[in-house]
This record gives sequence, C-alpha cells and structure tokens, in this order.
Amino acid sequence: MALPIYRKRVTRSSGGDFASLVMLLGLGAFMALPMVYVISSAFKPLNELFLFPPRFFVKNPTLDNFKDLAILMSESWVPFSRYLLNTLIITIFGTAGHVLLASLCAFAICKHRFPGSRVIFNLIVMSLMFAPEVTAVPNYLTISWLGWVDTYWAIIIPSWASSLGLFLMKQFMEQMVPDSLLEAARIDGANEWQVFWRVAMPTVRPAWLTLIILSFQSLWGNTGSTFIYSENLKTLPHALNQIVSGGIARAGVGAAVALMMMIVPVTVFIINQRNVVQTMGTSGIKE
Amino acid sequence: MRAFLRKWGVSYLFALPYLVLFFVFTVIPVLIAIALSFTSYNMLQPPVWVGWDNYVKLLFGDDVFLIAIKNTFLFAAITGPISYFLCLILAWFINELKPAMRTFFTLLFYAPSISGNVFMIWTVLFSGDAYGWINGLLLRWGIIYEPVRWLTNPDTLLWVTMIVTLWMSLGTSFLAFIAGLQGIDESLYEAGAIDGVRNRWQELWYITLPAMRPQLLFGAIMSITSSFAAGKNIVALVGFPSTDYAGHTVITHLMDYGNIRFEMGYATAIATLLFLTMMATQQLVQHLLRKIG
Repeated sequence: MALPIYRKRVTRSSGGDFASLVMLLGLGAFMALPMVYVISSAFKPLNELFLFPPRFFVKNPTLDNFKDLAILMSESWVPFSRYLLNTLIITIFGTAGHVLLASLCAFAICKHRFPGSRVIFNLIVMSLMFAPEVTAVPNYLTISWLGWVDTYWAIIIPSWASSLGLFLMKQFMEQMVPDSLLEAARIDGANEWQVFWRVAMPTVRPAWLTLIILSFQSLWGNTGSTFIYSENLKTLPHALNQIVSGGIARAGVGAAVALMMMIVPVTVFIINQRNVVQTMGTSGIKE
Repeated sequence: MRAFLRKWGVSYLFALPYLVLFFVFTVIPVLIAIALSFTSYNMLQPPVWVGWDNYVKLLFGDDVFLIAIKNTFLFAAITGPISYFLCLILAWFINELKPAMRTFFTLLFYAPSISGNVFMIWTVLFSGDAYGWINGLLLRWGIIYEPVRWLTNPDTLLWVTMIVTLWMSLGTSFLAFIAGLQGIDESLYEAGAIDGVRNRWQELWYITLPAMRPQLLFGAIMSITSSFAAGKNIVALVGFPSTDYAGHTVITHLMDYGNIRFEMGYATAIATLLFLTMMATQQLVQHLLRKIG
C-alpha cells in the first residue's frame, strides 16, 4: 500500500517509502528544532528564559522581548531607522545593479558568443571556487585605493560582480531562450537592447527572481564590518549584533532580533520558491 | 578592425560593465594575492620581495598553521561529503513526495541556510552551563553528571561547529539537486523499469544520477568551496582564538594575519595555498563524478 503522501512508482517498495519518510521526518525535526526554539524564545517572559531545567516551548507568551528591543532601539545614539535605511540602500542598489549587469553579460556570452566568451565563462565557473576570504586582502587595497572606504560603494559595487549570479543566468538563458525567438525580434527591426530587454529578460523571469533572492540574502545580512567605520553608515545586522552582544541578559531580545532578521529572507524565498527551483534546474555544468 | 567592431561591438558593450568589475574584484585580486605572497608587506611600507620565505615559514616554521591545516582538512573531509550526500538524498526523497509536502520540506531544509545569524541560537542550545538546552537534557537523562562546556572544551568545540555547519549547509546545491530531479524525463524511468531496473537504488544509480550529472558537478563545486572556506561562522560560535586553537582553520589563520597583524605577504601566501587546495580537490571530485552509472 502506498503511503498517502507519496507518488507511486513500480520500482518503489512500501517498506522503502516508509523508511525514507521516517528519515525525512527525523532530519526535518533536527532542522526545525533550532528555528522553533528561536520563535518560542522570542515570546518567552524573563522567568521562562532562565528556567532549570530549560523548557523548549513557551508557556505564557508575551511581547516583552519585542518591547525591550524597541526601547533599546530608541535609546541608540544613531537613530535605528538610519541603520535600516543603510541596509535598504545597500540591498536595493546592490541587487538591482547585479541583476542588470549580470544579465547583460550573460546575454552577450550565451546569445552572441563573442570571441573570448568561452574563456571568460570558464574563468567565471572557476571563480565559483574562490572563497571570498582569498581575495579579501587585495580587495581591501583596491577599495581603499579607489577611495571607497567608509562609503556605501565599498559594499554595493563589488556585489554587482558576484559570479554565482552570472553563472545561473547564463545557464538559464542558454537553455530557456530559443535563438529563433531573438532572431524573429531582430527581423522585426528590434535593436540588440530591445531584444535583450523586451524579449530575453521577460522569458528568463525565474532566473532574475533567483538572482534577486541570492543577492538580497547576502546584502541583507551584510555587516559591512571591514569597510564601514562611521556609525551612521553602519548596517542593520551590525546594529542588531551590537544589541545581542550584550550577553546572557539579552537572551530574549536576541531571539526577537534573530526572528526579525530571519523572517525577511525566508518570506522572500517562500514567495519565489517555484522560480528558484526552475532556475536551479539549468544550473548543471557540462564537462 | 572596423568590421570586427561592427559585428561584436554591441556584445562587448553589453559584457563590459560586468567584466570590468569581475576582473577588478575577482581575477586581478587573485593575481595580486599570488604576487604579494612572495613579498613582505605591512600596508605602510612598499612590499619587499622575499621569494619563497613566506611559504617556507608557513609550512616548516608555523606550528599554529599546521593545526589550522589539520582542522580544515578534518572539517572539510567530514562536512563536505556529508552535506553533499545529505543534499542529494534529501532532494531525492523530497522529489517523491506529493507537491504540497514537497514545498513544505524544501522550505524546512533550506530555511537555515538563508536565515543569517539565526545559527547563533546554537550557542544557547550548546551553552556550557546547566541552562544550556543540550546540557540540561543530557543531565536529566543521566548521560552526563556535570555540564559539558561544549564551545570552550577543545575536545568538543570543532564537532559542535561541524553540526551547526551541517545544519545550515542545505543551500544552493540542495536546490540545484531538487530542480535537477524534477527535470528528469519520466519516460526514462518507464524504459528503465521495462529493461529490468528492480528497486529504487538501481534506478538512482543507473538512471537518476547519470541524468543529473551536470547538477552534481555544480553542487560539488559549491560544497567544496563552502567546506574549505569555513572560518567566519566558526569564529562567531567559539570565538577567536578558540581554546588551544581547536577551532582554528586556514581561514581564521588568514584573518588573523590579514585583519589583525597586517602581515599581508604572509596572509596572501595562506590564501594562495588554500586556493590551490580547493582547485586540486575540485579536479579530484570531477574525476570521481565521471564514474557514476
């Protein structure tokens, strides 16, 4: 008998279905427990946070931690809205620039196949392997030479050149945009920009939504620590980390902060899940 | 030349903005790093050429670096393959579910990797006193009789960071595998069943994996990078320096010399070695992936 949540295939035994369901649920619990703990701790009153033995779920939920957080925010020397504004500026400009530049370049690489595009694409695939730390030292030198230290640019401009985004976009365009479609537009008199913007980009909507998500996530969590020194240019994650670093006394507020930081990227992903999965379907690397 | 520009000018114009930034922030920095690794440079005085000195000192005169190498390889050898197979197996199981359940489980497994600092909650769960959730549980069950200082005890701290890393490692590769599985043509499975594929394991080995080999390669690159690049999150969990350097990795060593001591020549030598190791591992994995099916 097939389990009700499984699609049935000839090669599947019910015992195997059952075993894999058990494994999914077991690992799912392991993944979910810390998240549930964060959510439940964010609503715990003080006396429940320091119970012995510790209790996992909240018994008398309150909003005290969020109120404390609001008080801490209003007491901070730089107004809290400024940190939020900084993060929004970095996230919006970084994401928009990245999506536009990476899509343009991906379009030229896979639809024009200009001389040198193969070599460049291989370099980009290779650079998927660079840990950002490997280039941290020279990047700091470059950015200070350009005079961008302690400005938004230090975070925004390098984020435009992320190689994962270009890679995913190129793979998706190559497999999902038929050359004949572009050719038809050219015959109808469209110039290359119109072909790119009016024909190719609407077709690869799942891919740029994915690029938005990936770029958004990395910029939303950016603490800007190496490049930004002025307190009024610092980011939201930086400010929230300061609050949490208050230690054990801030355990409840810390959970409230973690919950707030988590909600945004998770919500963005939930809305776009289908597009992301479709884009990843073309991510494969052929040898 | 004019004909060449007329034909390709627009293409280069499209590609140029991205490529300039890509070269300035990725390609050239790697070359600079390699060049600087042969110098002594403190960012105040101009670099001085020292030949292989940095590498000799790193490999033969720096005991802490040897600890870092040992930890990095241990960490990468355990978290890399486990996370890779976890991504694959879970994606495979999830793919068999009905759509609503599939969406739910995908989100559940993917969420930790995009939740930013939420992983810091593990410091509460693994807290070293009896208030720590895991200590509390183990004490109640009588498995331990005094609280274990998980994040400061050199015997346990690296293992705790591995657990946390695995918890948040179902990221891009996981999604790539899910998508790759959904893209496989159903008729391949029907043909396979007729040709004598009897159970799910044979089907996985002979049909599924070969059909998604491109995704497997992409996933491998992502897993190798993240398992060798562990450092930032380890520092966030156990601090720097960790007790007896038990959580010291090549990346934390690099950050130590680059961000704290400003010995840039030495720091870039570390970066270059790390980069070469990752390239070699990737070649090895690519070779292994050819043997599937």
